[in-house]
Amino acid sequence: MNLHRRVITTAVLLMLFAATGAALVGLTYDNTVDIIQRNHQLTLLRQLNTLVPVEKYDNNLLMDTLSVAADPLLGTTAPSVVYRARKQGKPVAVVLAPSASGGYNGSIDLLVGIYADGTLAGVRVVRHRETPGLGDAVEAERSDWITKFSGQSLASLTAKQWQVKRDGGSFDQFTGATITPRAVVKAVHAALVYFSQHRDTLFAQKSPPVTSPGNTDNHGS
Amino acid sequence: MAAEHLKITQDGLWNNNVALVQLLGLCPLLAVTGSFVNGLGLGLATMMTLILSNTCVSLIRHWTRPEVRIPIFVLIIASIVTTIELAMDAWFHELYMILGIFIPLIVTNCSIIARAEAFASRNPVVDSALDGFMMGLGFLLVLVTLGGLREIIGQGTLFANAHLMFGESARALELRFSDHYPGFLLAVLPPGAFMGLSLLIALKNSIGRRSKQQQTASLASAEPVNA
Repeated sequence: MNLHRRVITTAVLLMLFAATGAALVGLTYDNTVDIIQRNHQLTLLRQLNTLVPVEKYDNNLLMDTLSVAADPLLGTTAPSVVYRARKQGKPVAVVLAPSASGGYNGSIDLLVGIYADGTLAGVRVVRHRETPGLGDAVEAERSDWITKFSGQSLASLTAKQWQVKRDGGSFDQFTGATITPRAVVKAVHAALVYFSQHRDTLFAQKSPPVTSPGNTDNHGS
Repeated sequence: MAAEHLKITQDGLWNNNVALVQLLGLCPLLAVTGSFVNGLGLGLATMMTLILSNTCVSLIRHWTRPEVRIPIFVLIIASIVTTIELAMDAWFHELYMILGIFIPLIVTNCSIIARAEAFASRNPVVDSALDGFMMGLGFLLVLVTLGGLREIIGQGTLFANAHLMFGESARALELRFSDHYPGFLLAVLPPGAFMGLSLLIALKNSIGRRSKQQQTASLASAEPVNA
């Protein structure tokens, strides 16, 4: 009897603590969820604006999205989000979110902005796990290598030139690191090919209903 | 009372330093100390957790049962860390993105449950809160020292990215020692963290030994006068 009571009070005690802890976390979540969501959207919008300057479009980039199916050209295995920039309803640019395989350490997630005429607005690395000090020069904060893509297109360079210099192309590699730039160049080229094949569907006015507006989950957190 | 507080302070900062003496919480310590600001961010978050968890554990120390005290401590610590994580994501978003996985990992920092079990569950609230603050401060000081050293040696900068914590005006704090510094990869990579920490421990031990020698020396020289 005594033992039973002891067991029960202990269990109740533990339950009370669990409930208090859960309530605390729940309360904090309720109070921060909106701010956190806004932070993620702002971060994303700032990244998109480095690719497509804000004065070039007048729609809400984060709302005008399209979910595209996984495609080997994008290196994606799950549907990814495409952001569309328009000015007065006319297509200006899309931002694709391809993933470069063949890096040194896992996939390299990119944002590739492409103007309606097929020239690159810009490329940024969103997430990677390349070696610090070597492969991480693909980050815009560490070197200007990634900015060299802007203005290039399938027309400005031949397929052979869309490679790093070591392979006979026209893009620099880094001292001590060829694998990372090679993977990025290949992925950007593939994204341009994807764009040229799907240009009209990418700019189609209506988002299919599968995409929830402003869905930014493709970047994880 | 004051003597006790002095002892708690000395233990936390020096004699029983979490990182240099207890060698606890090495995973986040080694992983995030690539720069001064990262170390400061994780250090503040850990310190906050230690203060809050020590206070809570001390507050409820008479109501727990010995057989479930560890699960209860874990619950308290996990709730606090999750709360801090959400708050950082909301108000220090950029820094949160850098520290990423290491904020939730504070839960697994053994020093926090160690202080809950060894100190807070046996001592009054004020002492426990002070212990949390001093232990956290000791950990933070090691984090920023190691982070600063690795940043200087590895990248040739100090206080880079300070704006992530203190706002845009702090961007100017960044010191760049040379425009053509080639960087020293070893210091940035995990082995550099181990070496840096071992050097700090060695330094601490040698200072400790020297002051002990001086003490005995001064005692020895003082004795004849007394006698």
